[in-house]
Order: sequence, then structure tokens, then C-alpha cells
Amino acid sequence: MTALPLSRSRGIQWSAVLREAGLTAFVAFLLTVPLVGLRTVDRPTGLTIDARFDEVLVAVFLVFIGRLGLGLIREGQALLVLVLALLATGVGIVAPLPTQVLEVILVGGGLVIAIRATVTLVTNRSTLSQAERDKRMDVVAAKVQHASRWLAPIGIGFALIFPFLPFADRHLIDIGILLLTYIMLGWGLNIVVGLAGLLDLGYVAFYAVGAYSYALLATIFGWSFWVCLPLAGLFAALSGVLLGFPVLRLRGDYFAIVTLGFGEIIRIVLLNWYEFTGGPNGIIGIPRPTFFGIADFTRTPTDGMPAFHELFGLPFSSLQRIIFLYYVILVLALIVNVFTLRVRKLPLGRAWEALREDDIASASLGINRTNAKLAAFAIAAMFGGFAGSFFATRQGFISPESFTFIESAIILAIVVLGGMGSQLGVVIATFLVIGLPEVFRELEQYRMLAFGAGMVLIMLWRPRGLLAHRDPTVTLGGARKAPSGPGSAAAGGVS
Amino acid sequence: MTAPNPIAVTGAPLLRVEHLTMRFGGLVAVNDVSFTALNREITAIIGPNGAGKTTLFNCLTGFYSPTVGRLTLRHPDGREFLLERMPGYVISQKAAVARTFQNIRLFSGMSILENLLVAQHNKLQRASAWSIAGLLGLPGYRRAEKEAIDLASYWLDRVKLLEYADWQAGNLPYGAQRRLEIARAMCTEPVLLCLDEPAAGLNPRESAELSELLRFIRDEHKIGVLLIEHDMSVVMTISDHVVVLDYGRKIADGTPEVVKNDPAVIRAYLGEEEDEELPEIVARDLGVDGSEGHRTGEGT
Ligand SMILES: Nc1ncnc2c1ncn2[C@@H]1O[C@H](COP(=O)(O)OP(=O)(O)O)[C@@H](O)[C@H]1O
Ligand SMILES: [Mg+2]
Repeated sequence: MTALPLSRSRGIQWSAVLREAGLTAFVAFLLTVPLVGLRTVDRPTGLTIDARFDEVLVAVFLVFIGRLGLGLIREGQALLVLVLALLATGVGIVAPLPTQVLEVILVGGGLVIAIRATVTLVTNRSTLSQAERDKRMDVVAAKVQHASRWLAPIGIGFALIFPFLPFADRHLIDIGILLLTYIMLGWGLNIVVGLAGLLDLGYVAFYAVGAYSYALLATIFGWSFWVCLPLAGLFAALSGVLLGFPVLRLRGDYFAIVTLGFGEIIRIVLLNWYEFTGGPNGIIGIPRPTFFGIADFTRTPTDGMPAFHELFGLPFSSLQRIIFLYYVILVLALIVNVFTLRVRKLPLGRAWEALREDDIASASLGINRTNAKLAAFAIAAMFGGFAGSFFATRQGFISPESFTFIESAIILAIVVLGGMGSQLGVVIATFLVIGLPEVFRELEQYRMLAFGAGMVLIMLWRPRGLLAHRDPTVTLGGARKAPSGPGSAAAGGVS
Repeated sequence: MTAPNPIAVTGAPLLRVEHLTMRFGGLVAVNDVSFTALNREITAIIGPNGAGKTTLFNCLTGFYSPTVGRLTLRHPDGREFLLERMPGYVISQKAAVARTFQNIRLFSGMSILENLLVAQHNKLQRASAWSIAGLLGLPGYRRAEKEAIDLASYWLDRVKLLEYADWQAGNLPYGAQRRLEIARAMCTEPVLLCLDEPAAGLNPRESAELSELLRFIRDEHKIGVLLIEHDMSVVMTISDHVVVLDYGRKIADGTPEVVKNDPAVIRAYLGEEEDEELPEIVARDLGVDGSEGHRTGEGT
């Protein structure tokens, strides 16, 4: 702790800081030359390689500046760096830059460094040990988690009125539906991964089963969405049990790999069972949901049902169906959430968490591990199935392409990023993982790159996820205040 | 109790182990071991490291299925269970055998109270109608949960952890974790409690408290206790009956007095050739060199 004033009194060690920044820039140069600097271009004469040295130069320069900033923060110049970083961010936002990538780098990099400088200014510490940082993040996570008591009603209230807000256009409501779908999937997978501690890499399989169940039932038998929804959930749950029986004996990695395989098997079956699933062409003309079987959202319904706008005396608008879909997925997602919140306080939910913590001890206490895990698997699969049939009715068209491994990976990333077991974490992570790329549509091609970078950062800074904080599901009350986070054991000598 | 031979006085046979053998490939970890543990008694199982004590527990609690042998548990109400045929969770659920682990296995991310509620899983699961009544918040389940919390509080009070009930279990000091594990086992309301080295890592004061707790469990809750322990001050003062294992075989079986003077036991602990340094320590542990039993208590 005394190291800081010492180094400050010594003044800035420019040579060391510059050397470090230069070294980092050199590494960036080595990396960017092949990755950014060379580009293959498809010309009529054949494939040629273009050099893009200006972009390499910009990248290396930015890395140099960034590292220099971090170095100066460590040398006690946090205030200066903060001002400069904010300036860079401002320039990035205001000034017209040649490419949007440059803009994002400037704004993002500026912000990160500004945050770093602020943290340093506030805490008066330039470096924190991993344990210290973890503890602080835990405190933040605990605060956010406790704030969810009032944050959640506000969020739900906002979600409820969102479609009627003046700025909510069709595009935004569509994004809302997309976000809610992933939130629902995240909450569903959270039961298996976050609570029961089973790493399921094939969750999208149940999503697919749900989607195809609805699509096939609706197109073959002409059943309505509201009849098919529970059936789709049931089929998905059944497939979860079928998969679960053989694989739940496996542990850890083996389990993950088998679920990954199962996800792919489902997709390949869908792809190849041409007569039944339509193969790669998928299923088209999936009926849209009606207003609970009372009214239809088309302008002139063909099957004798009254039109929604006529029934309610509204002018016709295609937005009505979108808004209705939005509310359907909102309610479905909230059902999953309420289920999870309640089940955590029940013996079943506690057994799941106990299995996650130590499955041998759980067995020694009389918990039937297979049954408990099967229940988690089946319930999560059922929710995945609900989400799948919603997806099918919203799209009106499905094909195996919507159910690739990357979907499983994204849902899993949402759960892990949010902090395993945290309901609020899933929401925040969904906004980060799904919302941000939607907003920056133009950067589509960098999406996976940013995704990977984000995951690496999280693994470095917060391996247990953003909001990894767990409150007891039951308290005795009146007892001594519990400390939060690990390492805060008090009282008594640890032997 | 002044009776010289407790076997004649105390409870009925609770656990009968007959010809138990457990092989791992070529290694015979437990070799044709037979003994009987009585109800309302503390039966200690001692022996050098690697003697097969933990393996015996694992066979008893269904984590291993024995190569040969029969394990009969006879409840005080007369029901009999053949443990070697039951999977682990059924042994806890139906046969009411609870255990702790040599390397503590708590649900360290969960609170202490939650640890004790997990131990009452089957009872609560029934009360919550496999979660349906629980999800609906029906009063029957709430009552059952309250009773479960009362039982948990009772045991927390017993092991002096009541005021820490809402702490995360992993944050407790080591000795408290050992006590919590015993409380958790007791919350399953067992007829036989199996403790695997509960005094390991405890200081002398904590060991004495542990002895007190085990006596209380035996006398007030009237159940049988199987105790694996290296701390001879604990073993010799509280057990009614001692079984000694060495290289998987049973080499002695009887009251603490009989066992600690048994030449085979002394040999097992000392090795064949007489050594100058080792005997002193071991002899004091076993309390053989002419000293009385109670001296060993303050000796450690
Ligand atoms: N699962 C296993 N696989 C192979 N060998 C085992 C296994 N469990 C225990 N053993 C062996 O059995 C012997 C007895 O071990 P254990 O019962 O743990 O002894 P202890 O009396 O110290 O508790 C040891 O040699 C040990 O290596
Ligand atoms: Mg052992």
C-alpha cells in the first residue's frame, strides 16, 4: 500500500511507460498485419490480395495510445487520462470518421480507459489484486441483486407499457420480441445450468422440438396456437426425458459433449427427414396466432373469425399482431421467471442447487440424483419448447438453419455471462449479447469477434459471471448478519 | 454406566456386517470383515491409514457395492434392510443411515440453514406434493417447511451455529464446518450415524466438544453411531465398542479396554520391529503404558 506514494514522488517514468506502450503496439502490429492488413479480393481475374496498411497503422496507433493511457493511470496521472479519454470518446461520437469500426474503437476504447481512470481516482488505487477485485465486484453484484427488488417491478412495468410508448416503432418492438425470446431461453437454460449445474450445450434442440411440434401440428392438423403451445412444451419435455435418461449418469465434460451431440442430431434429423419436416426447405405457412381463438389479426379473416380491429373498434394496423406477439412472449418469459423464483425456495430447487454444489453429499442425504436432474432437464426443455413454438408462430416459417449450435452457444453465453443462477443477470446479458449487435447492425460482420472478446474479458475479470451473487432462499432472521462473498469468514480460528 | 461389558446391557443389534469384502482390481481394501454394531452405542472403527475404514463406510452407504458380504440394518421397530442391495440415496431415504465425509462435503455456496433443509429433502418433497403444492403456496407445505426449519434450528443450537444460520456454509471456519456436517446428517433423522474422522483438524477443545455432542446424540436421540477416528482421546473416552482394521482385515473387536491391550493392535500400530521413537507416541495415543483412560483426554 505504500508503493503508490513512492512511485508518485519519483515522477513519471516515461521510458518505462513508453517502452511498454511500444511493445504492446508492436504485438498489435504483428497481429493486425495478417488479420487486418491483408485482404483477399475476388476479382474477375481471380483471387488477389489487397494490402490495407492505413488500417493497420490506425489500429497500432490506437493500441499505443490506449496502453500509454493505462500506463499513465498507473503512474498517478489518472485525472489527465480521464479527461483525454473522455475527449477521445466525444470526438468519436461527434466527428465524422471514415469507417464505423474506427468510431466504435475510439468510443469504446475511450470509455474503457475513462472508466479505468475513474475507478483509480475514486479508489485511489491503480492496481487491485484478483481477490480484491472479485470481492468488490461481489459487493456490486450483491447490491444490484438486492436492488432487483425494486428494479424488477420497474423493468416489468416498462416492458408492459413499452409497445405504447411514442418511440416504439415496429423495428423496436421486433427487437423487444427478440430480446424477450432470448431472455426466456436464458431463464429456461438457467434452470439446468445455473441451478442444477449441468452444462447443457444442446439446449437449442428443445427449442427446435417445440418449434417443429407447433409447425407440424398446426400445418397438418390445423390446430390453433393455443392448443399446440402446451403440446409443444410436452413434446419438448418428453425429448428432454428421453435424452436425460441415458446421459444424466455422465459427469461434467462428458455430459456437455453428449448434449452437444444431441443438439446436432436433432438438427440433422430435421434436415434429412424430408417427407416429414420438409428438410432444408423447412415448413412454410405456419399459422399466425389468433387473439385467443376469439379474433384474427388479418384485415379480412377467411375462416369466419371476426377481425381483431373490428371486434375492438380500432382502425386496422399490422402492428396489432406484433404487439400481441410481444405480450405473448412477455407473459411466457415471466412465467419461466416466476417458476424459477418460486422453485428455488422449494425442496426441488434446493436439491438442484445441492447437486450443483456437491452431488455425492446430495446422494448421501437421500436425494435421488437421477430424478432431480431429469426434472430440471424436462422442465427447462418444456420452457425451451414453449419458446420454440412461439418462434415458429412469429416467423411463420422455420427451417433447421434456425437451430444450429451457435444458438445453443449464445443462450449458454447469456447464462454464463449474466452470472449462473442470476435471473437479472440473464436480462442484462441478453441486452449485451443480443441487444447491442441489433443496435449496431452495420457491424454485423464483427459480431462474433466482439462476442469472443467480450467472453474473454468476462473470463478474465469476472469468471463467475456479471451478477454472480446468491442470496439464501430462506433465512432464519434475527440471527447475526451474514457476510456476503467468499473469504469474509470471521470468528474462530481456522485450523 | 458402570457395567463392565456394555454389549450385555445396551440396545439391540442395529447393524450386522458379515464377511464384507471389497476388491479394487487386485487390491483387497476390505477383507472378510464381520462385526455387529448395537443400537444406542458408539462403535469406533480404528486402524492405520489405508486400512479400509472409509471403504467400509462407502459400502455401508451405497457408494460402493461390496464384492462379497452382507450388511443388515435392523431398525428398532424390527424392519430389516439389506444395505448392500440398495443404491446410496435409498439407504439414506429408507434405511435412515446418515454419514459425514472424511474431506468435508458441504454445499458451500448455500447458507447453513439451506444445508440443513436439503437434508430434509424427502420429507419436504412429499409435503410440497413434488413441488405442485409448493408452487401454489398451499398452507400444508408452509407448515412442513416451518417444522423443518425448527428441526434445523434445534440442531444448529446443538452444534452452536444457530447465530450463523444465514451464513454461507463455505465461509465457516473448519471446526464449525465439521459440526455443521454432523448437524446436517442428523437432520435426516437417522437410526445409524456414520462419522468419518469428525475430529480431524480440530483443536483439543473442539475435540472435547465433539465427544460431548456424540454422547448427546447416542444418549438423547438413542441411535447408533459408527465412528472412524484417529484421535484416540476421543475414541477411548466415548466409544462403547471398538473394531480395529489393518490392511482390510479385522484384527480386534471389543471394549476400548480390551482393544488397547490387544497385542495384535499394538503390533499393527507399532509395526513388527520395535522402534524407539514411534512406540511412545502411539502408546500414549492408545493409553497402554500404564496410564488411566482419563489422562489421555488432557494429554493431547
Ligand atoms: N475407489 C477406489 N479405487 C481403488 N482403490 C481404492 C478406492 N477407494 C479406496 N481404495 C484403496 O483402498 C484402501 C483403503 O482405503 P480407505 O478405505 O480410504 O482407507 P482408510 O482406512 O484410511 O479410510 C487404500 O489402499 C485405497 O487406496
Ligand atoms: Mg479414510
